[in-house]
Amino acid sequence: MTLTSTQPSSGILASLDGRVAIVTGGARGIGGAISAALAHDGATIAVIGVPDDRERTEELRASLNGTAKLVHFYEANVADAQACTDAVAAVIADHGRVDILINNAGITKDHTLRKMTVDEWYAVLNVNLSGPFFMMKAVLDHMLERQFGRIVNISSVVGHMGNFGQANYAASKAGLLGLTKTLALETAKSGITVNAVAPGFIATEMVKAMPEAAKDLAKGRTPVDRLGEPSEIARVVRFLIDENSGFITGATYDVNGGMYM
Amino acid sequence: MFKGRVAIVTGGTRGIGAAISHSLAAVGAHVAAGYSKGKESAEACATKIRGDGGSVSTHQGRVDDFEDCKRVVDEVLKEYGRVDFLINNAGITMDKTLRKMSSEDWCQVINVNLSGAFNMTKAVLEHMIERGSGRVVNISSVIGTTGNVGQANYAASKAGLFGFTKSLALELANKGVTANVVAPGFIATEMVSAMPEEALKKVVDKIPTKRLGKPEEIARVVRFLCEDDSGYITGAAFHVNGGLDMA
Repeated sequence: MTLTSTQPSSGILASLDGRVAIVTGGARGIGGAISAALAHDGATIAVIGVPDDRERTEELRASLNGTAKLVHFYEANVADAQACTDAVAAVIADHGRVDILINNAGITKDHTLRKMTVDEWYAVLNVNLSGPFFMMKAVLDHMLERQFGRIVNISSVVGHMGNFGQANYAASKAGLLGLTKTLALETAKSGITVNAVAPGFIATEMVKAMPEAAKDLAKGRTPVDRLGEPSEIARVVRFLIDENSGFITGATYDVNGGMYM
Repeated sequence: MFKGRVAIVTGGTRGIGAAISHSLAAVGAHVAAGYSKGKESAEACATKIRGDGGSVSTHQGRVDDFEDCKRVVDEVLKEYGRVDFLINNAGITMDKTLRKMSSEDWCQVINVNLSGAFNMTKAVLEHMIERGSGRVVNISSVIGTTGNVGQANYAASKAGLFGFTKSLALELANKGVTANVVAPGFIATEMVSAMPEEALKKVVDKIPTKRLGKPEEIARVVRFLCEDDSGYITGAAFHVNGGLDMA
């Protein structure tokens, strides 16, 4: 299906008026920037998050002049399959459709493998990898029925490279690439694209929480010699979910300042 | 968006290159479109771009000849004052299985597709470094990651572009210049349409989206990478292939 789109925001992008996008973890960090970018171009945003994200979504709304009314909050832990199903059903009940799914929610529980507990392993895998699976499963029939969908999974440069103290995070983010490619193959004939965006080290709370030495190391390993901004990821997501991006599927778009090629 | 900017697009008057020229000119860039032969079709492309309000000049030259690349770059600099974007798009095929492929078939394709990118980049590099900004986009191909029967030369040239681009990206990362690859799948251009119908049908069947791409679907990705805000994207390969290869 196509919407009548006459208001391309930068000439190559169709308007998102009338589109409904789910952004998991869409209240802050990279997710917040994605919510803002899509709302800016007219999409209705369903932020899915944990209870703390309700207030953060309010803060995000407050920062969005004019498009604040497009942003809504749905509470769900993406590690809980039933919660995902329920949240998606609620979004469809409230807004009639889901065109776009951004699996962005992610957590870290860093420890070297020697010290990493089994719980830490599962907690990260459940949110970062099973979460996208549950969410995609929850929206898939709806997208197949409508023969249109844009799914973007936010992976990480760490999924390519591995990272000291992040066995769980690296595995979850690498796993996401396999999940992305498989669903891309399964849905290619149905007007649905599934892609990954793999950010490098981006100036978010998650990265700011890293020890100073680790941050310097990350910066030192980035050829462009700076952290990325959340908006620099959001714009690539925005590009991929455009209705004109239908020939891009199963791809991983790296945005990492040259850190990993 | 690109008002005042100048782009060089090699092979910029036909196929994917013409779509790139069109797309960059549509948002205000002056496009210097290169071509090696076919003055008439080059002029036809330029006329079309001008008809849509774009600014374009055509430049005959051979990318496999460094001196000629320098001449064209100097010509563009003299006439338009600057070069912001270099799109290394010019490419040829000389298909044969390796058993039958001659050394000339090999060298010609490598010289145009791979050394051509080197020659052009070298010719424009000092200027970009001096200005502390620039975008180099190299058009590779899905064949560069998958290989293809009868295309040892083409596949090698297109795979070579990945290594070339990454090295360039590393060398320029702190100079405001990014270098990236766009790797198209099978796109509805003359090059692809020249394939025997049976072979083409087989190709389309292998593409998960079950269709060829359009030149515009490549051009928009190139243009995205040229934007000022794309400065954190470097050394990357953006694949646009309908799911044909998920490298």
